[in-house]
This record gives sequence, structure tokens and C-alpha cells, in this order.
Amino acid sequence: MTGGVSEPARSQAAKRGRDLAERARAGERRPLARLLTEVEDRTPTGEAALRILYPLAGAAHLVGVTGAPGSGKSTLVAALVGQARRDGRRVAVLAIDPSSPITGGAILGDRVRMQAHAGDRDVFIRSMASRGHAGGLAAATVAAAAVFDAVGFPLVFIETVGTGQAEVEVAAIADTTVVVQAPEMGDEVQAIKAGLLEVADLVVVNKGDRPGAHRAAAQLRAMLTVGRENDRVAAESGRPRPKRPDVLLATALSGEGVPELLAALDRREAARRAATDDGEVDATRLIRARAQLHGILGERVRARLAEPALEADTALLVRAVADHELDPYAAADRALDLLAGRSRVG
Amino acid sequence: MSDRPIKVLIAKPGLDGHDRGAKVLARGLRDEGFEVIYTGLRQTPEMIVTAALQEDVDVVGLSILSGAHMTLLPKITAGLKAEGLDDVLVTAGGIIPDDDIAALKAAGIAAVFGPGTTIARVAEFIRANVRSRAGA
Repeated sequence: MTGGVSEPARSQAAKRGRDLAERARAGERRPLARLLTEVEDRTPTGEAALRILYPLAGAAHLVGVTGAPGSGKSTLVAALVGQARRDGRRVAVLAIDPSSPITGGAILGDRVRMQAHAGDRDVFIRSMASRGHAGGLAAATVAAAAVFDAVGFPLVFIETVGTGQAEVEVAAIADTTVVVQAPEMGDEVQAIKAGLLEVADLVVVNKGDRPGAHRAAAQLRAMLTVGRENDRVAAESGRPRPKRPDVLLATALSGEGVPELLAALDRREAARRAATDDGEVDATRLIRARAQLHGILGERVRARLAEPALEADTALLVRAVADHELDPYAAADRALDLLAGRSRVG
Repeated sequence: MSDRPIKVLIAKPGLDGHDRGAKVLARGLRDEGFEVIYTGLRQTPEMIVTAALQEDVDVVGLSILSGAHMTLLPKITAGLKAEGLDDVLVTAGGIIPDDDIAALKAAGIAAVFGPGTTIARVAEFIRANVRSRAGA
């Protein structure tokens, strides 16, 4: 922040942020929990801590898990955590549930399915309310994942709000996106619709012990591979092509198919690492970086315009748009001029 | 930030299988604008302490109907203290005889809400007694 926060307050926040970051990196759980709160609340302390932690992040595999409410995301994540723990890996989970658009309240219930890991000090589960952010995530999700990454969790699961057909934002913030489907959730037409399934790196048909599970997986497989033979030609001519996700069958509750799913995730991550080590640009991480930058830019611009020096001029612009004296595009350009100190309104 | 929602963990320690009350309260507090974490039935004191720690909650609300409150609730407050969570407000509800309330308060339970308590009263108590984040 450039204004609004006094110099002593800022240096205090920097000190506290540094302290929390250091203690969280040393493996202390309480400072880590507090740090996540600061980041979630987007406080100057959280910002100061991120300044230290962000350069230390980048080693973790961020796995997004998304799908319809009741498809078994939480149970599947819990099963994957158990599987990863068998290899001795430390695991973090960020579980997002929706906030009420009316009261701002939320019920965060994903831990119910994950309580088997409550006694394990190498598993850290954190719930987050979406707090008005659309797309199945919370605004601070990327930053919170970076915190887990920087303090040494090699595997971070990000479980989205139960999603519908088009909440695809998770694909931009995770390295690998898993879309969870339950059997009998739709026919072949659902499988060829644009949206959620398109962003999957892996599709999991969960509740594999239910009747119709195998058929659902086979249908998805068939539909998701349609047109594969044209991918190479399209790629050569620079046209975008959909991902070609593998479809796996799993029963999260019994653990069937879970080792295979974790192995598939690990293979993808290894391939991604190998490609970036060869100097290939990681497109997903570029998209994530851009989304973060744009999001923060928007926030910063709003904060600057609300500062005492510009507040009155900004209010005049808003009023002019409301009165239809100025179109919103021209008003936005004038606001940018204000920020650059190039002109005054009026 | 003063406008952040208050975070509450609603937990059911012990072996009773009745969580309607806990769910109704969770829902009611949601409508009061709180962020409510619900962890389900049959939680050990360790599970509850871990959830409170990882979620960095402001309040832990314990619902207990089994009669084991004199054993379980002090274990939870002691566990919270051992993890440095002594600034978390802990309240209890369910079936708790009046005679036990003084001992529970001495063990760190800030309030005991019996049957018939309105959600508005619980919310009001929490708002009035929750820690301030500034010094935390």
C-alpha cells in the first residue's frame, strides 16, 4: 500500500510478517495458521510475509480438485492425502466453500471428510470461505497456496467450491486440475459441452462401486478423445486445441483407484518439471502469474483512487457516469490519467 | 481488519450421535455472518484442538449431550492452551447440569448454553467476548 497506512504501522507489519514467515518456515504450526489468516484478510502483515515467501515458493505441486457438489471431492482429497502420507510426503489442503452473498457467513464443512488426518502433524488442512469471489475459489487462494509451498509442503491440494459447468478458474491457479464426476451425472451430451471438463488434466469418475460407473467412464473417455487425430495439424497451424485428459475410475471411500490416481498426478508433475528444466515456458504458471498481477493491479488502482488526494476527483467521475455525462470507458481513461498525475477532472 | 468475519469451530466431542443441535447452531451463526467450520461427529479432544489451530478460529463451540462433559471439555481447553491458543473463546452447549457449570468455567469454558438458548443470544455473546485481532 502506498497510502492510508502510516510509516510506523507499515514497519510494524513488515516486522510481524517477517517473524510469522520465519517461524512458519521453521515448521511451527500456529504461526503458519496465523499467516494464512493475514493473507486471507489481505493485511499489510500478510503482504509483507508474502514478499519474503513468494521467492521461496515454486517447488510444490499444486493440484486443483473440482467438480459438482456431492461428487466426492473432499473424500477423494482425503484419500489422496492418505496415499501421499504413505510415501512420507507432507501435504497441505486448501478447502474452499461458498460464502453467503447476503450475510457474508459461511459453513465450511470439508474437514468432516478429512478428519482421519487430524492427528497427523505433517498434514495441514485449512478451510477458506469464498468471500464473494466467483469461479469456485477465494481471492486469496493463490497466495495461501504459495505460503504452503514456501514453508515446505511439496504437495498442495486445492479443493474448490462445488462447481457447476463453467467454474474453470482453478485450472489457472493449479499445476494440475482434477475434475471429479459421479456416475449418473449426465450423458454423452454433458461430456461434449464446453466448460469444466475442458480444463481437466485428469477426469476421475468417483463412486466407482456404483452401478453405471464403468459405463460413465467409458462414455467420458470416448467423448473426450473425439477429434484427437486433428490435434497435431491444429497445433501446427497455431489453433487452440482442448486438453486430452485421462479418465480414471476411483472409489474414494474404499481407496480403490486412489494409488493409481496419485501415480498419474506424480507422472504429470514429473513431465512438467522435465519440460521446464529443458527451458520450455510453463504456460500454466504464466497464466497464474498474469491473473495474480491483474487481480492485484485492480485492487491497487481502486485503493489509490480512494486515497484522500484523488477521492474527490474519482467521485466526480463516478457521478458523471451515473448522470450519463461521460461514458465509463472515457471515465476509466481519465481515472488512469489521474493516477499518472497527468490531469485533474473538471 | 475489523470487518473480517468471525471464525467459529463447531465441534462435537465424544460419542453421542446427535448433531442436529450443532448443525442448527452452525446454520444460525452462518446467518449471523460468521464463518463456521463444522467437523462432524465423534471428535477426540486432539482432533478439535488440531482443527482450531489449523483454522486459526476465534471461537470454539462444543456441543455435548453424552454426559462426558466433565472429562472431555477440560481436556480440550487444556489442549488449546498447550498449543498456545489461550486467546480463543470456548463455549459449550447441550445437556449440561447447572451444578457442573462453575467447574467448567474454572476450566476455561467461557459460557454454557443450555436448551432453549436463542441463536441471537449465542451470537451476541460471541461478538461481545471474542478476542480482538489487533494484538493477537
